[in-house]
Amino acid sequence: MSDRKIDEHTGVETTGHEWDGIRELDNPLPRWWLWVMWASVAFCVVYWILMPAWPGINGYTKGLLGKSDRAEVAQDLTEFKQIRGKEAAKLTNASLEQIEADPQLQAYALALGASVFGDNCATCHGTGGAGSKGYPNLRDDVWLWGGSLEDIHHTIEVGVRSGEDGARLSQMPAFGRDQMLQPAQIDDLTEYVVHLSRRKADAAAVARASTLYQEQCAACHAPDGTGAQAMGAPNLTDAEWLYGSDREDIKAQIWNGRGGVMPTWGKRLDPETIKALTVYVHANAGGQ
Amino acid sequence: MTAITARQEDTPFGAILLFTFCAVGALVSLLAAAFTQDPSFRLHGYVFLGAFVLASSVMTVGLSSGRFRFDAGRYEDGVIRAGVIATMFWAVVGLLAGVFIAAQLSWPAQLYFPEAGWLNFGRLRPLHTSGVIFAFGGNALIATSFYVVQRTCKARLAGGIWPWFVFWGYQLFIVLAATGYLAGITQSKEYAEPEWYVDLWLTVVWVAYLLVFLGTIWKRKEPHIYVANWFYLAFIVTIAMLHIVNNLAMPVSLLNHTSYSVFSGVQDALVQWWYGHNAVGFFLTAGFLAMMYYFVPKRVERPVYSYRLSIVHFWALIFIYIWAGPHHLHFTALPQWAQTLGMTFSIMLWMPSWGGMINGLMTLSGAWDKLRTDPVVRMMVVSIAFYGMATFEGPLMSIRAVNSLSHYTDWGIGHVHSGALGWVGFISFGAIYCMVPWLWKKSGLYSNRLVEWHFWIATTGILLYICAMWVSGIMEGLMWREYTPQGFLANSFVETVAAKHIENVIRTLGGLMYLSGAVIMAYNLWRTIRMPSLAQSEAAAAGPAAPVAIAAE
Repeated sequence: MSDRKIDEHTGVETTGHEWDGIRELDNPLPRWWLWVMWASVAFCVVYWILMPAWPGINGYTKGLLGKSDRAEVAQDLTEFKQIRGKEAAKLTNASLEQIEADPQLQAYALALGASVFGDNCATCHGTGGAGSKGYPNLRDDVWLWGGSLEDIHHTIEVGVRSGEDGARLSQMPAFGRDQMLQPAQIDDLTEYVVHLSRRKADAAAVARASTLYQEQCAACHAPDGTGAQAMGAPNLTDAEWLYGSDREDIKAQIWNGRGGVMPTWGKRLDPETIKALTVYVHANAGGQ
Repeated sequence: MTAITARQEDTPFGAILLFTFCAVGALVSLLAAAFTQDPSFRLHGYVFLGAFVLASSVMTVGLSSGRFRFDAGRYEDGVIRAGVIATMFWAVVGLLAGVFIAAQLSWPAQLYFPEAGWLNFGRLRPLHTSGVIFAFGGNALIATSFYVVQRTCKARLAGGIWPWFVFWGYQLFIVLAATGYLAGITQSKEYAEPEWYVDLWLTVVWVAYLLVFLGTIWKRKEPHIYVANWFYLAFIVTIAMLHIVNNLAMPVSLLNHTSYSVFSGVQDALVQWWYGHNAVGFFLTAGFLAMMYYFVPKRVERPVYSYRLSIVHFWALIFIYIWAGPHHLHFTALPQWAQTLGMTFSIMLWMPSWGGMINGLMTLSGAWDKLRTDPVVRMMVVSIAFYGMATFEGPLMSIRAVNSLSHYTDWGIGHVHSGALGWVGFISFGAIYCMVPWLWKKSGLYSNRLVEWHFWIATTGILLYICAMWVSGIMEGLMWREYTPQGFLANSFVETVAAKHIENVIRTLGGLMYLSGAVIMAYNLWRTIRMPSLAQSEAAAAGPAAPVAIAAE
């Protein structure tokens, strides 16, 4: 069957087989290719001898260099502890006020806080903490649940409407969706809220809604609309709006009574980290 | 010549078997859809039902009108033509999904649709990956393997109507997978997202594929098996093994779409990446090397450079690839010794991979001028160059020190795409540009200038894509490992995402260019198919001369 021929162009013999017109040359393996292959095998054999490599019945070959990822991680953590040592120990025992009073400790807490904020809080509150629709702005002096060191610390620790015990909890009724009020009444209330924030509003609607506001809303948002931080009820007279300031946004909020959720960070972060976060948020915003 | 006209007169047993299978399948899917409480499962019950009813109806007409009788003296080319059309269709769909999700990464706020869950990145991403790998790549592999195995064995495809079952069964798999992703049905294993019942269906189709392929090799009229067929066979057999083991799972119930993997924890991760890496090795490398080994020598009309190299690099590739998976799990809970083995086997894989590149490129010796004159050859050569680059970059990235920078970054995405767009895409496009005039009996392509446009637009697109990903990958890798003097992370994750905006936009542009090239190609092929065919007498001379050749044996 063999039908070996000499290829005219290269002068190399073919193997004598042919498939659908395709032949094969009988070239040897390229030398450089073979050598690099053996070199890569040799490299691997050396690597196996030096590093943890082959499994056996009881454990694995540890390697002559005695390297171990786990040991290296433990070493790195020890080094970090040494770098952070003094400040970290002070942070554990200091009160929030003491941290702010000690410039060195405060700088440490701010560095820790910034790092933790970026990977835990920025997802909702934004990298700079400026928030967005539905997510409170942490760079201003308007606070839903209070802006003192203690208030901020508590909010971070317990979270908001997280479903965990002890979380800050309040729920605005969905006046429209649950049919507690007529659509016309909600339109009037919308005008009333616009009026509360000292903007031009339909005077007739405001007058109609005045009693309704006192009956339905004042318990939380206060008779004058300034809100109540104990219940997380926003101030309606300022220029800060969690869910937007347009009539449409306000109406949607009265209709649906949305409320955001913040995780109970006390279950995820250690006490020192929460302290540092508190100091960070307090320093960046107009803390009270 | 009597052999050519001697047709099988009875209705073939295979067709009756398939008809029965479809009828039973229709009944089973009707029952499943009727009794399940699970809306997702019901959706797919209806998809199955529709497919089986349609197949049964078509087969009823076919059987009663005496079709499905095949001329053993001719090659089965109908299923390949269908495969070529499906390949181009899924190429455009898969690439379009890719461009869309690239745009989502570039402009996340503008392209976020919370009301339409199926437009979420998390659902579209597997649609893109499965669309390009399994729908485009898989159809290209099935179509070319059917073409190549017949020509190099001088035998008609085995199994009568069953190659058509493989083709349509595979399309059904794609539709089930794609609709499942959009509806949120996933088992959360990368590149193996479809749930248990879709996995079972694919297993049935794949076993049929294996039998058709093996059967054709079995009845070959050539004394030896051509190298392309070794690679196709390695691809089919290994994918079957990988698919079955990685998808071992226990369904919640036989009427529910959810299942739980039999593996858990780090074992699950290792099995998953043994699968994932070898899907790259045996689907995207071995399968497409098979394509290269037929279409490159055929197109340039030169002998394969070295038979010995093809043997050595084939077996080296097969034996070494299967161990390299753990390099996807560097610096994780996987024990360090397993990471070492994954890394070292990846390094040893470098030269076996390059053996294919050398054999492909050196086959052009004596025909290098065709790079200038034939854009299809140029496309295939550039694809081999991208193959060489990607198979060098892979071992490099598997080195633990390099991986600690590159892992999880866009560098990985760039690496995959230089392999996928450059190697897999271009070698498939090259093979299809070759096959279409051969299959539809045309004198050539409608326009070589359009191939030139396709080539340059797509190549520029690939370069934009991978360069952007190198820059953003290394940048984010460096940003992730940056610490403040006190040992705190200097950058939050979202800052590293924001820093990649420009690169993401360039990536989108590169992807759009690649898609545009594929659309140009689809147009070119469509016009080619619509060209007048060669005359019958001419076809006999220019075509594969199959009837005569086979009959003469």
